[in-house]
Amino acid sequence: MMITLRVNGTKLQADVGMDTPLLWVLRDHLRLTGTKFGCGAGLCGACTVLIDGKPHRSCITPVKDVQGKSITTIEGIPENHPLIQAWLAEEVSQCGYCQPGQIISAVALLAQTPKPNDTDIDRAMTGNLCRCGTYGRIRRAIHVASANKTSKRGKQP
Amino acid sequence: MSRGSEMTRRQFIKTGAMIGGGLVLACHLPFGRRDSEAASEEVFAPNAFLRIGRDNSVTVIVNKSEMGQGVYTSLPMLVAEELCCDWKKVKFRPSPVAPEYNHAQFGPIMVTGGSSSVRSEWERLSLAGAAAREMLVTAAAQAWQVDPSLCRAENGIVISPSGARLSFGALADKAALLPVPKQPKLKSAKKNLLGTPAKRLDSPAKVNGSAIFGIDVHEPGMLTAVIARPPVFGGKVAHFNADTAKAHPGVRAVVAVEAGIAVAADDFWQALKGRDLLEITWDEGKWAGISTPLMHEQYAHLATTTGLIARKDGDAPTVLAKSHERVEAVFTVPYLAHATMEPLNCFVDLKSDSCLIRTGSQFQTVDRAAAARITGLKPEQITFETTFLGGGFGRRACTGSDFVSEAVQVAKAVGQPIKVIRTREDDMRAGYYRPMWYDRVEACLDKKGYPLAWHHRIVGQSIIAGTPFESAMVKEGIDNTSVEGASDTPYDIPNLQIELHSPANGVPVLWWRSVGHSHTAFVMESLLDDLAHKAGKDPYQYRRTLLAKHPRNLKVLQTAAEKSGWGKPLPKGRGRGIAVHESFGSFVAQVAEVSLDKKGGIKVHRVVCAVDCGRIVNPDTIKAQMESGIIFGLSAALYGAITLQNGRVEQGNYDSYPLVRMAAAPKIEVHIVASNEAPGGVGEPGVPPIAPAVANALFALSGTRVRTLPMTPEAIKTAMKK
Repeated sequence: MMITLRVNGTKLQADVGMDTPLLWVLRDHLRLTGTKFGCGAGLCGACTVLIDGKPHRSCITPVKDVQGKSITTIEGIPENHPLIQAWLAEEVSQCGYCQPGQIISAVALLAQTPKPNDTDIDRAMTGNLCRCGTYGRIRRAIHVASANKTSKRGKQP
Repeated sequence: MSRGSEMTRRQFIKTGAMIGGGLVLACHLPFGRRDSEAASEEVFAPNAFLRIGRDNSVTVIVNKSEMGQGVYTSLPMLVAEELCCDWKKVKFRPSPVAPEYNHAQFGPIMVTGGSSSVRSEWERLSLAGAAAREMLVTAAAQAWQVDPSLCRAENGIVISPSGARLSFGALADKAALLPVPKQPKLKSAKKNLLGTPAKRLDSPAKVNGSAIFGIDVHEPGMLTAVIARPPVFGGKVAHFNADTAKAHPGVRAVVAVEAGIAVAADDFWQALKGRDLLEITWDEGKWAGISTPLMHEQYAHLATTTGLIARKDGDAPTVLAKSHERVEAVFTVPYLAHATMEPLNCFVDLKSDSCLIRTGSQFQTVDRAAAARITGLKPEQITFETTFLGGGFGRRACTGSDFVSEAVQVAKAVGQPIKVIRTREDDMRAGYYRPMWYDRVEACLDKKGYPLAWHHRIVGQSIIAGTPFESAMVKEGIDNTSVEGASDTPYDIPNLQIELHSPANGVPVLWWRSVGHSHTAFVMESLLDDLAHKAGKDPYQYRRTLLAKHPRNLKVLQTAAEKSGWGKPLPKGRGRGIAVHESFGSFVAQVAEVSLDKKGGIKVHRVVCAVDCGRIVNPDTIKAQMESGIIFGLSAALYGAITLQNGRVEQGNYDSYPLVRMAAAPKIEVHIVASNEAPGGVGEPGVPPIAPAVANALFALSGTRVRTLPMTPEAIKTAMKK
């Protein structure tokens, strides 16, 4: 079935079954492979995308539920986004596989809570696993981005 | 597109001819966007590891897989230091599989493992950089008609005695015509780049989603396959019916392979749905009855019998027989999955006379040889391209080449380019675990309270027996990876006996980040702590006395103790534990600070880590690897266990195999101890000390000694009753 999705501000079409999780439409059909498959059960956060600005696990989100909604993937986060810059400054990434999902969760956190404390970060980021153990740096990067965002009024995607 | 992120461009170099005997031969260039950019300008190729372009670009060809440990930065730094180039112009490119790229120390194989990348490549890459620098300097000196020894290279420019300047790019064509020096001279000891926290070259691609992992590979005409696997190890398909599966939209083929029944479809989801529709009857084979509790009983029995001797100093059994105050302790640790965030996968395009394999592997030549056996092709007919690895930890250096072999078999049976993907459950249940271990130790103290005898029996599967590495790595029945960290303990114990039993069973086992040290450090450092308490001594001072002849162990121990405030009072409800361990040529001590939460679970608040890994390349990478090892080890210490019942693995996903998450991650401080010793590894040595440091902290806090991992609330409760 042909469906139309609005991804990163662009209308895109894919011919898929309506029960297909958004993750596999993004990856296999729209070739947006920055969104990762980790567990298929909403347990690891590697597949996190924004749907109308809120973080969702795309591996358990049927594509039929997101038609007409605005989807943001890692490819839609601008290079000058304070979080991307902070991720680079703090050298967060190791293997890098989980980082797109981490960044998307952090984007959602800062949109909701521009000055998060450590408890806010724990709560917002707890669904995102990192096997390389970059948690300390993720926490630092979020604080750094939060400070930069506030001072420079960084643009929200 | 950011610099350095070449893997985002399907660049995968097709190197046919390499450089030999000082002659610059044809260098096939990567395809994709680079062709229109600088690649065609890469005219200076003095050796297998370096390309310099007319545009001043410096491309380092890296023969190690990037799995998070930072080799796409640290190895280029080694070249760049000696080359004296502009670091901002440095890019990386994964090497193809060719003899030039085999491991510098491990024999004729291409492998990333054993925390060996920097250590093993230091000399070769330094010389590669130095040789190119000498050639560039000579080319410039010839242009200026001056003595080369009066010219110097600096930041990508050669400077003449009179101050004339020529860039590396401008010199590249001329340098390419010169003979490659056989014995290039390394720079003086003064380093410009080594020892600085240079930014990782792979970071930009990893934060914008453009980094290509194996699972992201896509080629025209490709199908995606998943495999229905037997519920028990060694199981086989008795018979199957694929009629409904084949009728599912998008499903193109259903084929039987060694691993099970593969369903290939236009996309992953269709393949998965097709797989759900298979009807399979399994012949479960001889391992259908195994269970970890039964294995535990078997191991416990074996531990009462004499094993093969891995180390014998003095006569521990006799001394212990005469002792009135023996300490007996049993330690058990479970099977563990690597649980890399990227599930295992592999792309294969098999043609009649060639084969392309593209995946994240740590074991390229071994995997390629397996593919050659399956396809009947010669290894040289198989192009093996390495993508980014979404975590390795040893799993992607599989002695059985499991995830590559199955993809090649599926490609062969289907006759189309195939990407086989494992679901998380497939990945977690398919074995190749860190072995389950059972350690039984008897020890006694001398009159001063220090260990007089230590009799230690280790029971667990060999990860090497039955693999092609057995003849090289198992000596007189002893697989050193089973006993490392115990048989080579630096502790001064006059009567020390380490024995090994290596029972076989059907569970596939493999190296898992820090390998044998992942269990021996827990045993050695927990029991040492016990003995210190028994002797009425401070565990830190006790270790200092026993390590008096080992300055590097001592120094990290002392650093961790001082930086953690060892001996100073802690808030109520907190305990502190220390552990030190040497592995992979490096020395690491850690102090953990813990409390118990309301549910009886351990909360680790802070870990102070000191590391001596010899001469260093990138201090930030070292810190990152220590942080990483601590979190990885903590997941195992607190949560990790793969268990079997009726041959079936009881875990499948991150709900039943939890990992440390953000809220449970402690604050970590890493202190690098300055050292001029030979470089050591950093990927693994951070793992071993954390479990004993936490167990020792729990003991300091509660008086409860937990000798079983993981230290779950139930395990702690059980230990409290003892």
